[in-house]
Amino acid sequence: MSTVVIFTVVSLTVLGLLLAVVLFIVAQKFKVQEDPRIDVVAAIMPGANCGGCGHAGCRAFAEAAVKAENLDSLFCPVGGNETMKKVAGALGFEVKEKAPMVAVVRCNGSCTNRAKTNVYDGVSSCAVKASLYTGDTGCKWGCLGEGDCTRACAFGAITMNPETGLPVVDEEKCTSCGACVKACPKGVIELRNKGPKSRRVYVSCVNKDKGAVTRKACKVGCIGCTKCEKVCPFGAITVENNLSYIDFNKCKMCKKCVEVCPTGAIVALNFPPKPAAPAAAPAAAKPAAPAPAPAATPAEKPAAAPAATPAAEEKK
Amino acid sequence: MKTFSIGGVHPNDNKISADAAIHDFDIPKVAYISMAQHLGAPAEPIVAVGDKVKVGQQIAKPSGFISAPVHSSVSGTVKAIDTIKDLAGNPCKAVIIDVEGDEWLETIDRSEKIESEIKLEPKEIVAKIAECGVVGLGGATFPTNVKLSPPPGKKAEFLIINGAECEPYLTSDYRLLIEKSEEVIIGAAIMMKALGVTKGFIGIEENKPEAIKKLSAIAPKYAGIEVVTLKKKYPQGGEKQLIKAVTGREVPSKGLPIDTGSVVQNVGTAFAVYEAVQKNKPLFEGIMTVTGDCSSAQKNFRHRVGTPMSEIMAACGGVPEDAAKVISGGPMMGKAMANLDAPTLKGTSSILYLTAEQTKRKEESNCIRCGKCVSACPMGLEPYLLNKLGRAGRMDDLEAHFVYDCIECGCCSYSCPAYIPLLDTIRLSKQRVMGIIRARAAKK
Repeated sequence: MSTVVIFTVVSLTVLGLLLAVVLFIVAQKFKVQEDPRIDVVAAIMPGANCGGCGHAGCRAFAEAAVKAENLDSLFCPVGGNETMKKVAGALGFEVKEKAPMVAVVRCNGSCTNRAKTNVYDGVSSCAVKASLYTGDTGCKWGCLGEGDCTRACAFGAITMNPETGLPVVDEEKCTSCGACVKACPKGVIELRNKGPKSRRVYVSCVNKDKGAVTRKACKVGCIGCTKCEKVCPFGAITVENNLSYIDFNKCKMCKKCVEVCPTGAIVALNFPPKPAAPAAAPAAAKPAAPAPAPAATPAEKPAAAPAATPAAEEKK
Repeated sequence: MKTFSIGGVHPNDNKISADAAIHDFDIPKVAYISMAQHLGAPAEPIVAVGDKVKVGQQIAKPSGFISAPVHSSVSGTVKAIDTIKDLAGNPCKAVIIDVEGDEWLETIDRSEKIESEIKLEPKEIVAKIAECGVVGLGGATFPTNVKLSPPPGKKAEFLIINGAECEPYLTSDYRLLIEKSEEVIIGAAIMMKALGVTKGFIGIEENKPEAIKKLSAIAPKYAGIEVVTLKKKYPQGGEKQLIKAVTGREVPSKGLPIDTGSVVQNVGTAFAVYEAVQKNKPLFEGIMTVTGDCSSAQKNFRHRVGTPMSEIMAACGGVPEDAAKVISGGPMMGKAMANLDAPTLKGTSSILYLTAEQTKRKEESNCIRCGKCVSACPMGLEPYLLNKLGRAGRMDDLEAHFVYDCIECGCCSYSCPAYIPLLDTIRLSKQRVMGIIRARAAKK
């Protein structure tokens, strides 16, 4: 009896030792040399694996960053400048700061602005709707309102407004990963510079039809009248195919285009409310500068505007 | 009785307008003749605003190999050449003509006499068909002359005339078979001569006994033409399904009907070919059905191409109050109309009214893996799988599972007990995969 036990114990021990030696040799022979910095960079990454950077995930980004010679072509939209600074620090690179971006829905065709011409009762998906026909309004360019962008967003930053039937971007949550831009079959959403204090001026329309056709379909569509193009002192606006576009890198946010737009297609976002601005500006400017102001010179205006902002926000 | 071997469904055929004889619809006051009436490149207008045109006069020339000319369906003055909306709301170019009288080109033979002798040579026949703008009237509107010119290295063995009309409600092909039996058969004989084949089949489903009787009586007069009675099953009118049913041969994946030696043409096309070759009449009229359970009128019309659909609807007592959807085409594959003012096209086959109850989408639930869609698919695909892959965006897997072979017949959605909108997602996936395949081919 005891011989059996001894025999078993001895044979298994020998077998175990032998296999351990084999495994050790194999492990040494086929060892994968991985740059330890990949782990370091991967740990810095936000770990959302959203693909917004163009890589398959955060680890793939880390691998690319370690291999890269500089970080110019790499940017994590979710982590933003902070994460990129950390990555640059870990890898000994220098990094240029990028202006933060945000997803902008360029369509204002709510139910009141853009009347429905038929009823869509198919699958609730913009992609399917776009594959079937031009949509349930007179405008074939704008938002289809089935919410593919909301489902594409991994951060819950974009939701449908049931009243207008249009998507709304939560700027706090939006990481500008671009998932919604890819999901939209109509190309309505664009990543634009977030702008100082989230202030932005943009054309909230993507309709390339002729003016008369656009007008018929939607109250707030861009009719391509080129008034904005002419009034813009910075050459930021181009009108092509009956559609105006504001280059956010050139726009200085003077809002002249907003004033001349006959349909209200150009939207100025997060600026202090208009009636409050002229009233508040002199009030704020006068105590600071008691000297008689002959005229509100253009140089003074930008200085006065920020001063008015907190007051305007408080009022809200 | 013959039929195709895999898949298919049996919807109620509802041919309620079957007994309504074809009559001519009034000539419209203004005709909107679209330039995109066929598959391929839209035609180019060759008339200018203010020009006087006659019925049958060519007003647009083809702009490519796969394209077709367009002829005026009315006489009058060209009012404008403008962009109009088609029935899906897409913009398309159209020649708009103010109608004055009804003056036909003198070259068109308007007599009712049946011309059975085929005088033209095969090449002349194809040229004549191309010149007269004849396109496939089974739905795809593929230029007929292209179909009658097999690519080099491929040889046609037989011609199949598609009289299946498997879509429920539609009766225009059936009426044509009954009222113009001999003309359809002569049209088939002309195409057989053009193709150089000696065998021609006319496939008709069993639910059209009168048409079968009439054609079987006339067919023996013409050499090589045989009437084949088919079992009633949807989608028998699909090109690939009809070939399988009639000849027993299967069109290979990614292949064309010519790979099995067959050329399939619709009944309407055969009639249009007869008129073009024997009567020198271009294709500017079509036969269409106005029907629906809630419709006050059940009609079969011969309409002039370019008649606004809304005029036809108004003449039939207007859109019924309980109609929830107006469909152009049959209930299985037809398209709901987003624009009721769209003009009729060469390929327009019907206006169908469906009630809210008939079109109601039931709430979707989870797939229960019953496999009904798999046994219903006439192409032998796995719709439940394609749906899943499509929703996950797995394009490589979709291609590996032959999504591009889908004929969009809707049997999967029809048979699904969980009411999953299978076809909607599969159609989208198919479009995406086809886009990827085309992009890949363009790169090479």
